[in-house]
Amino acid sequence: MKKILVGLKRAVDYNIRVRVNSGGTGVETDGVKMSINPFDEIALEEALRLKEAGHAGEVIVVSVGAPEAQQQLRTGLAMGADRAILVTTSDPLSPRIVAKTLLALVNRESIELVIVGKQTIDGDNNQTGQMLAALWDRPQATFASKLEIDGDSLQVTREVDAGLEVLDVDLPAVVTADLRLNEPRYVKLPDIMKAKKKPLEEIALSDLGVAAEAGVKTTKYAPPQSRSKGVMVDDVDGLVSALTDKGLL
Amino acid sequence: MSKILIVAEHDGRQLNTATTKCVSCASEIADATIDVLVLTTAGSEVAAQAAAISGVGRVRVIEDPANEHAVAAMQAPQVVALAGEYSHVFGPSTTFGKDLMPRVAALLDVDQISDVMTVIGSHEFERPIYAGNAIVTVTAPADQIVVATVRTASFQAAEQGNAVAPVENAEVEVEIPDHTRFVALHAEASDRPDLQTAARVVSGGRALGSAENFEIIYKLADALGAAVGASRAAVDAGYVPNELQVGQTGKIIAPALYVAVGISGAIQHLTGIKDAGTIVAINKDEEAPIFEVADIGLVADLFQAVPELEKALSSRT
Ligand SMILES: Cc1cc2nc3c(=O)[nH]c(=O)nc-3n(C[C@H](O)[C@H](O)[C@H](O)COP(=O)(O)OP(=O)(O)OC[C@H]3O[C@@H](n4cnc5c(N)ncnc54)[C@H](O)[C@@H]3O)c2cc1C
Repeated sequence: MKKILVGLKRAVDYNIRVRVNSGGTGVETDGVKMSINPFDEIALEEALRLKEAGHAGEVIVVSVGAPEAQQQLRTGLAMGADRAILVTTSDPLSPRIVAKTLLALVNRESIELVIVGKQTIDGDNNQTGQMLAALWDRPQATFASKLEIDGDSLQVTREVDAGLEVLDVDLPAVVTADLRLNEPRYVKLPDIMKAKKKPLEEIALSDLGVAAEAGVKTTKYAPPQSRSKGVMVDDVDGLVSALTDKGLL
Repeated sequence: MSKILIVAEHDGRQLNTATTKCVSCASEIADATIDVLVLTTAGSEVAAQAAAISGVGRVRVIEDPANEHAVAAMQAPQVVALAGEYSHVFGPSTTFGKDLMPRVAALLDVDQISDVMTVIGSHEFERPIYAGNAIVTVTAPADQIVVATVRTASFQAAEQGNAVAPVENAEVEVEIPDHTRFVALHAEASDRPDLQTAARVVSGGRALGSAENFEIIYKLADALGAAVGASRAAVDAGYVPNELQVGQTGKIIAPALYVAVGISGAIQHLTGIKDAGTIVAINKDEEAPIFEVADIGLVADLFQAVPELEKALSSRT
């Protein structure tokens, strides 16, 4: 039976309005709610549905980064993943290093399908799945909104600028999840209790043979330029004159 | 001196304007020569269109039947085959470029810089993170090729028309994988302006309530000569197709005029319209966050205000 690997990143919750810290060295994370990156949660939901439909034997969740990501992995286990792997490092990670880490696990675990979110809502990079597929020399189906498994291939509907594109890819493959792929389930209390007994392996990045060598460096964080306050109009006539004044009509 | 290769986006017939914006971005790097790479099938017009963009030094064409559709797994090795001659490889931050460029970067074993919004130097750029709530300055290693996607809303389109750069066929020996097959593209035909490039956009949100009700947004858009957009909630609810979504996970746009109707103004939506010239908001809730960024706000029931506005505009012309 197929094994599916799902990446779960710990990220600032999507409801939080993120602010740059006073030193310009990062964003405020003190006391800020952290969650599973929403796209990754969708990736996991899809993997669980494939397993429930009999297309997969095991769903493994993995997170790369700080030890606190344990919390997100436990949530993933409570959602229904079979086991979790936490790859720890204190080095800054680029999507390329995460992709190399996932590849190491793909090889160790003989994975046939990797599903990750199309982007994280912190770095907004939108790279990891594509990079993994390149390094693995396997197909990628990015921005997926529908996925059908058919023996050894996948039919994936992708949300692209022009509309919806359908690709047929051989397994093994990498899929990146878009928002409309599914709606993730809620975790129930008994599942949280059960998840505590599920295996969570911790392994250092270097023990997987991956070096977090530096590449592109972030040197400064700044708040965005804010838009100046506008005017309120009373009615449609007011709106039409305001638009006319701005030379827009 | 920087040698920049830009991977062109096109649909086989028409060059996408995102490519001209990449040329603008590349032109901001001092002492740069700019080549455009067109991956296509035999006999396409696209190379000639790319050759007409001001600032382009040369157009390089790889003709291969595999390029009938832009499939990243098939195109990445072709880009990589030429990348060695360059200091930079750029693509647009559209779904085309987002799909392809990280695959190129990984094959070259370098990090990618996503969504370049400002060029500071040949190896230093600004880009947005956290849905645009923070802007970071990033530096790429001087001894490595720079692979980046360009946030098209941050750059004006380079002029297209007068220039005539030489067009050359590039012969490359690459193995193109057969593990990925294009099946279909479902695109809704529309004769309205294109959302990504339109000077005016009218967007509707969840408040519209149904696909039928969304008609009033189309009518207002027609009265303004505008493209139509939507919030995620409106797309999720099935009022409009996915390609109309504006925001962090949809299109990032920069029209001169953006009209948001029945849209609350979630950060994920606002990130898509930060570069709009004038933002107009129509919402019945005066506390809606959209009013914090709107240049002109109207607190009103959209089902009254929108038809009234449409009439007022139509009677002017
Ligand atoms: C990871 C992630 C990515 C996302 N990406 C995007 C994205 O790309 N684009 C996007 O848009 N959203 C995105 N979202 C969703 C976003 O958070 C909001 O949920 C969404 O934008 C809300 O859409 P809305 O404003 O149409 O709906 P609502 O928030 O429900 O707002 C409806 C508004 O209509 C007003 N209204 C109701 N009735 C009337 C009436 N009769 N007349 C006038 N006004 C009325 C209400 O006052 C309200 O302000 C994303 C969310 C996540 C988690």
